[in-house]
Amino acid sequence: MTPRELIATEIRSRWSEFPLTVEWPAPDRLRIDVGEGSTAVDIAEWLVDERGFVFAGMAVREHRRYWRIHYLFYDHGIPGLWIQVSSDTSREQPLIPSLASRVHAADWHEREAEDHFGILFEGHPRLGDFVLHDEEWPEGISPMRKSFDASERILSRGTRPDWSPRRILQEPGAFAMTVGPIYGGLSEPVHFLLETTGENVVRAFPRLFFKYRAIEKRAEGLDVNGALLLAERFSATTAFASSFAFCQAVETMADIEAPPRARTLRVLLAELERLRRHVGSIRGICGSTALAVAESRAGYLEEELLRLSGEIGGHRYLFGLNVPGGLAADLADGACRLLAERLAEIEHALASLRRMLGTTSSFLDRLEEVGVVTSEEAGYHGLVGPVARASNIVCDLRAAHPYSGYERFAVAVPHEEEGDGYARLRVLFDEALESARIIRSAARDLPSGAVRTPIERAPRNAWAFGAVEAPGGASIHWLWLDEEGRVERYRIVPPSFVNWHGFHLAAEGFAFQDFPIILSTFALSVAESDR
Amino acid sequence: MAGWFLKGVALGVKTTKYPRRAEQAPGVSPGLPRPTRFLDAAQAQEVASRCPTGALSASGSEVAVDARKCIHCYRCLRSDGAAMSWSDDYDWADVPESATGQGRPLGFEPRFRRSVNILVVDAGDCGACLNEIAQLAAPQYNLHRLGFFLTPTPRHADLLMVVGPVTDAMRYPLLAAYEAMPEPKRVMAVGTCALGGSVFGPSFIAGGGVAELLPVDVEVPGNPPPPLAILHALRVVSGQIRGARR
Ligand code: SF4
Repeated sequence: MTPRELIATEIRSRWSEFPLTVEWPAPDRLRIDVGEGSTAVDIAEWLVDERGFVFAGMAVREHRRYWRIHYLFYDHGIPGLWIQVSSDTSREQPLIPSLASRVHAADWHEREAEDHFGILFEGHPRLGDFVLHDEEWPEGISPMRKSFDASERILSRGTRPDWSPRRILQEPGAFAMTVGPIYGGLSEPVHFLLETTGENVVRAFPRLFFKYRAIEKRAEGLDVNGALLLAERFSATTAFASSFAFCQAVETMADIEAPPRARTLRVLLAELERLRRHVGSIRGICGSTALAVAESRAGYLEEELLRLSGEIGGHRYLFGLNVPGGLAADLADGACRLLAERLAEIEHALASLRRMLGTTSSFLDRLEEVGVVTSEEAGYHGLVGPVARASNIVCDLRAAHPYSGYERFAVAVPHEEEGDGYARLRVLFDEALESARIIRSAARDLPSGAVRTPIERAPRNAWAFGAVEAPGGASIHWLWLDEEGRVERYRIVPPSFVNWHGFHLAAEGFAFQDFPIILSTFALSVAESDR
Repeated sequence: MAGWFLKGVALGVKTTKYPRRAEQAPGVSPGLPRPTRFLDAAQAQEVASRCPTGALSASGSEVAVDARKCIHCYRCLRSDGAAMSWSDDYDWADVPESATGQGRPLGFEPRFRRSVNILVVDAGDCGACLNEIAQLAAPQYNLHRLGFFLTPTPRHADLLMVVGPVTDAMRYPLLAAYEAMPEPKRVMAVGTCALGGSVFGPSFIAGGGVAELLPVDVEVPGNPPPPLAILHALRVVSGQIRGARR
């Protein structure tokens, strides 16, 4: 029996008194349907606590008589396994069993579902004021319900916010500071509540969703090509990764694969996006420490990478390339070789920037032992991407769950132990250089042939998920299509949503003046998490 | 620290010659489709029908382009069928009719000609417009040399740059920022979303652009407008040149 089959057998025998349905839709995908009750939560807790699985996300589906909840998990093993556990709760029940009270990583997912659908989770502190800010939204609105008419604007809003933060810290001399939503020069809107008794931030609470554009709701009713635009554009910094995951979901449903050339080109483009995004994040870190020359050096490289992206793919943020079945346009071999050549220069400059920063003590003082996230904390919050890897969580979907031919590139997974700002910066540098290596290797032996597999029968009445390692970490896109092939439900779990949940860990216990620096080392996108 | 100084010097001059000369480097703009004449009306219809945002309209065998709506999806370019002709320019900024109609004098008072302070407010963008504005500080563009400076506070700002369709949660903060700016002040809507909502709005939760809330003086099409398009718009709003007059 393979290790994968062992897990399935063990689940069956542990929960033998329950009527579980176990399916293998693909060798690396296991589906377990548990029916009603809290068995799903029990299995989920066991997978995470006993078997080291990562909680990847949750999708709620509304049915006439019941709520269906899907939980998704993956492991770090090679070859890895995806497990989806699904359960139903009758709509007559007032409460849905809560996973968050047992697996903390599910916390924000349940809060979000509460606001989206107006459903309550048993044992989860009902906090409200998450996606839908209390002062903006009339009570009782659940935008993700089918009955909610999304074509109508609700104009009871746009008022002066009378929101005041809920203070937790009850010590003498404690006070709270709020920052935002508009703050700093070029920042995305977030409202921060920082509680303190003096110099250090004791409690940091980011209030998000000022950029909530209801992407998941807007996708409903669109055809695949329409929804693709939303998938690609809700977060430009990771447009290629998101459209990649979306297209994977459609390709799984249509039972097709992109042609070899497109698979390799997708790897090349995804790595180009990661390289550009990481260089941009490095620029942000240099800027937050007011190291102007380093910032401008990184900014120079970022603009060069944007131009290279525009030159080979048409668009500086690689919009308009991914389509279900492959790519909308081929890239010329010559252009790819040129890219590989020009990268040599950028790699060289990056390596020298890394060296310079590593010997600038005034810079290191701001990052070392600052903004520490321990490995346990990162695991408990289910953090992903470079942030998790800087806290010694060695997981990368490209290595553990290779897709699109990543296995050919033997992706290295840089990781560090300290979990501080400097560890995160080093991981960003190492990953950027690894991306450059993958691009050069992909450009060297590009398969020839077509770049798009035609979809013979458009998928209908089907569902699937796609998952990629976006620059910020695992990005999961679930898609359900109805009988007409229109989107019935689109659920996105982007890496920034997951990592914002754990950001407070890094900020708490450190000085106020370190706050912007710690924030920059998390390389978070608000557009991505708010979606 | 001396090392950093030398690094700075070693960068050499890599700044664009724009606006003195057009920037020819590849990859500086995603480009826009140009009005195109096709073989016949059927072909023109087919091409226009591929546009997901209604930026193309066919009349007879010609297809016209509304740059304000184009999101560079390339669906009118990359397909087995006929294609629009394409232009890689970036001087797209224009003064909306609402602003010209009121006879608002464009440009700042002479005392501003040398230095304009800019407040950027993100009202729900995807991150691209914000990032393209950030690129203006990169050595390739070096915004400061032209007398434009980013400021974090509305009280010092002459120009408000808004990106994003204006989500409902950002309506109040945006208005408050505008009101806190001293007169005279100008508003620039940056990017397709800020112009008309693009793929995000109008919806139940987001608006259809900045003009629903504030008087807009200059509009910059593009999804996102590349740094050079924003530079062009800055020259328009400060009265140095006239808009694209599409
Ligand atoms: S590029 Fe896309 S959005 Fe722009 S005109 Fe062509 S089809 Fe329309």
